Amino acid sequence: MRCRKMAEIGRRQFLRGGALATAGAAAVAVSGPEARAAVAPARVAYPANRLANIADLTVNEPLDVAYPDDDAPGVLLKLGHPVEGGVGPEGDVVGFSTICPHKGYPLFYNAEDRTLNCPGHFSRFDPEAGGQQVWGQATQNLPQYVLRVDDDGEIHAEGVDELLYGRLSNVL
Amino acid sequence: MAYKRQIDRLPIIPADAKKHNVTCHYCIVGCGYHAYTWPINKQGGTAPEENAFGVDLSEQQGAETEAWYAPSMYSIVKQDGKDVHLVIKPDQGCSVNSGLGSIRGARMAENRRSDVLGTQQQRLTEPMVWRYGTWQPTSWEDALDLVARVTARVIDDGDEDDLYVSMFDHGGSAGGYENTWGTGKLYFDSMKVKNCRIHNRPAYNSEVHSTRDMGIGELNYCYEDYQLTDTIFMVGANSLETQTNLFLNHMVPGVRGDTLAKKEAELPGELHAPARVVVVDPRRTVTVNAFEEVAGKENVLHLAINSGTDLALFNALFTHIADQGWVDAEFIAASTFQDGVAQPQDEQHPAALGSFEAARAACRMSLADAAAICGVSEADIAKAAEWIAMPKEGGARRRCVFPYEKGIIWGNDNYRTIGALVNLGLATGNIGRPGGGVVRLGGHQEGYMRPSDAHVGRPAPYLDRLIIGGGGKVHHIWANDHYKTTLNASEFKRVYNRRTNMVKEAMDARAGATREELVDAIVAAIEAGGLFSVNVDIVHTQIGQQAHVILPAVESGEMNLTSMNGERRMRLVEKYMDGPGSAKPDCLIAAGLAQALERVLREEGRDAYADRFKGYDWASEEDAFMDGYHANTGQIVTYDRLRAMGNNGVQEPVIGYEDGKLIGVKRLYADGKFDRHGREDKKALFCCGAWRGLQAPGKAAQKAGFRFLVNNGRSNINWQNWFLDKDNDFVADRYPYPFLEIHPDDMADLGLAAGDLVEVYNDVGATQAMAYPVETARRGETFMLFGAPSGTQGNVINAGTNELILPNYKQTWADIRKISDAPATVKHLSFKSKEYRMG
Repeated sequence: MRCRKMAEIGRRQFLRGGALATAGAAAVAVSGPEARAAVAPARVAYPANRLANIADLTVNEPLDVAYPDDDAPGVLLKLGHPVEGGVGPEGDVVGFSTICPHKGYPLFYNAEDRTLNCPGHFSRFDPEAGGQQVWGQATQNLPQYVLRVDDDGEIHAEGVDELLYGRLSNVL
Repeated sequence: MAYKRQIDRLPIIPADAKKHNVTCHYCIVGCGYHAYTWPINKQGGTAPEENAFGVDLSEQQGAETEAWYAPSMYSIVKQDGKDVHLVIKPDQGCSVNSGLGSIRGARMAENRRSDVLGTQQQRLTEPMVWRYGTWQPTSWEDALDLVARVTARVIDDGDEDDLYVSMFDHGGSAGGYENTWGTGKLYFDSMKVKNCRIHNRPAYNSEVHSTRDMGIGELNYCYEDYQLTDTIFMVGANSLETQTNLFLNHMVPGVRGDTLAKKEAELPGELHAPARVVVVDPRRTVTVNAFEEVAGKENVLHLAINSGTDLALFNALFTHIADQGWVDAEFIAASTFQDGVAQPQDEQHPAALGSFEAARAACRMSLADAAAICGVSEADIAKAAEWIAMPKEGGARRRCVFPYEKGIIWGNDNYRTIGALVNLGLATGNIGRPGGGVVRLGGHQEGYMRPSDAHVGRPAPYLDRLIIGGGGKVHHIWANDHYKTTLNASEFKRVYNRRTNMVKEAMDARAGATREELVDAIVAAIEAGGLFSVNVDIVHTQIGQQAHVILPAVESGEMNLTSMNGERRMRLVEKYMDGPGSAKPDCLIAAGLAQALERVLREEGRDAYADRFKGYDWASEEDAFMDGYHANTGQIVTYDRLRAMGNNGVQEPVIGYEDGKLIGVKRLYADGKFDRHGREDKKALFCCGAWRGLQAPGKAAQKAGFRFLVNNGRSNINWQNWFLDKDNDFVADRYPYPFLEIHPDDMADLGLAAGDLVEVYNDVGATQAMAYPVETARRGETFMLFGAPSGTQGNVINAGTNELILPNYKQTWADIRKISDAPATVKHLSFKSKEYRMG
């Protein structure tokens, strides 16, 4: 629920910005008093979403999550040893999008060799190496979450490092 | 850190963006794309009416959507001198790829030179001349004048043998019909240069002489045949990595059974099932893995033969199939030569050619003998024969398509091995028919249109060897990088460096001299054994480091360019951006060089010879196309007509133009008449080539003397010779060094950990690679990535070729030693298996 709520906030902010810009343009057209321009930030504003608690995670068992909204499935993984982008007391917790950046198929976790695999076109990604595509068709490595763990062990996602498949803005 | 672009948003293509037809300029498959461009100060919106897709982009799009593009598909480039946004994305309407993008083609936009985004700054922008101890940028006029004056000193009417030329013959990239014609007209019409070679081999020759001599052009089917066939018999090819979307969009549906309804509709009256697969390859590849995933292991037979023993396998299959009577007797009687030997073995023909029975006698090989030679079981060979040719339930002929590529083209005994494979196709009636074909899969696209090369002769001169032996005075190089992609590269580089440095030193010694004095100094150095090197390319290559004049070319998309793919599908890539600086299409560079030669020769009073260099008054690449392709192929195809055919183009040969459409040919030889050999009877010939062990000089001794097979080839992520990818962050991040796949137990023996830098060395040279553990590799058999800038695999390939100067890259043996622990750029890499594992 919380994810959806945060996403809605994000969407409202986006629409408000757009509406202001339109009003500004209209105001100029009728030579009225100069409207105050809405300055769009250079980067999208990522929501800070709680995804899980450290206590929810077991080594090498994927936990399905979504970020930055419910339409963007992902996974949290506790890998048992420090890895690239890892957070938590052991630096071993990572989060990734699970939509293949090639053609948008869902990725599946192979616990045996700890890879995310695409049944569409055989691509595979290594969550122990920053989501590097081990082999495959995608032209980018797997989008990884920027994670933060607070004092209570709550895991928050606060950003993504590649464009997510199926959207031209990571935050819709 | 794995490379990440940190891009969270992309500009949206507006509804009124310009849309250009684009065929991917990399591999033979030639996937369709569209290039969208729009002004830098505009952008589309998320509302359906505000974007090119007409959909609501404020929502998540589903799998396989047309309405998404990756950051690698975006750039900002110059168009008519202005900065514009550029998106190059796969075309869902193209029958070749149906919207799929490969990891290579879907990075075309990112691999454009962008002065705004800073990509591909390695692209050459201006001509350069070796001056004052380095390369100095200069004008076209100045650079071409120097090339023409030096060249004119070493050539004469009827004697152009001291001018050596290395020139691409392919389509795509900077090749294509326009550019092969421009260079071909210069060297084969205005001149008769015989000492020349092609981009990937040391002579000017066919890679598939035998199939042509047997009457069968090597691209005789259409891609749909994979959807119609009963069996795919794939040899020496790794199509998932090297013809990716042919594999995904045509082979997979045929093997998975998606096309059963199509089979029933198009081929009624016979039983149909999902296609089965035989893969002949010493190495287990991701192609084998993916076939198994799609078809089930029981429907995939991987014949992991000993390296270089394909001929023994094919001859045993041919023998067994003939002995079982699983041949198409009617086809053999109607379409093949009947009376013994038609072409005896001689210097031009490494095997005799003739009738089915003649070949059967010459090629006889028992299953037991083949099993011993090839290292696979008799039962598996018999099973392969059944899958190829045993009549289907109900008695219908089994359909089989036989794709092959570098595993045998650059493998042992090229002529006989390819001939033996074509024998299988002929014997089973699988050429010119739906679900059939004996075809090379291909590397680049094709785009060959040149005057006759008959004067080159056969066997063609072994150009690299001639250069090593001191031959040649002036060397013109068109998009060849021998340093990265030739065989015997260690010796070649040593000699080439020495000979070209002699000229550089002579030029340095005459700094400030007049043009006439400089040319005299260069010619004196040449006469003393030096070599004057002119390099035409889009980037500063490794061999280009030794050039004296460098001329910058444009490539596909920076010019209009026509090529054809592996099913002979011809398309026009429309120019969608400016070339860098003053770079030009190769055809116009060739024209400029011809005009400069004419002027210099006339100045020197050699008027009759000068007249030979007329006919290059082309204002554009379209003029070169009309002068070459159009004029020499029935005057049917024009840019306008081809543009109207879009990304589906037309399959060559183009035989007509009706109702606003070009008319092509879906399959060659559908009438059972074979003409590639030029025989008037139009009968195909069988190849009478018996197994004769490792054929090329030095191979057997190398095998005996060194511990590891160093098999070699390409990988999915990079285009084969890395020309743009060496400057692509995503690719360079994954493979900063070429990988050497090796069994973990062999690594343990050598004291290696994953990523360690190793030296691969043997009797002819040495190179470097990073160790990549592969559990499915066979002990003592490694596989090294070819063509990498940070470790030239060709350094350890010996000079041995077949009788017709076809290089033998695949059969190479060497020892391996550790150079160092994994370098810093390697430490973050994943070394997990490349095989898909659902888990």
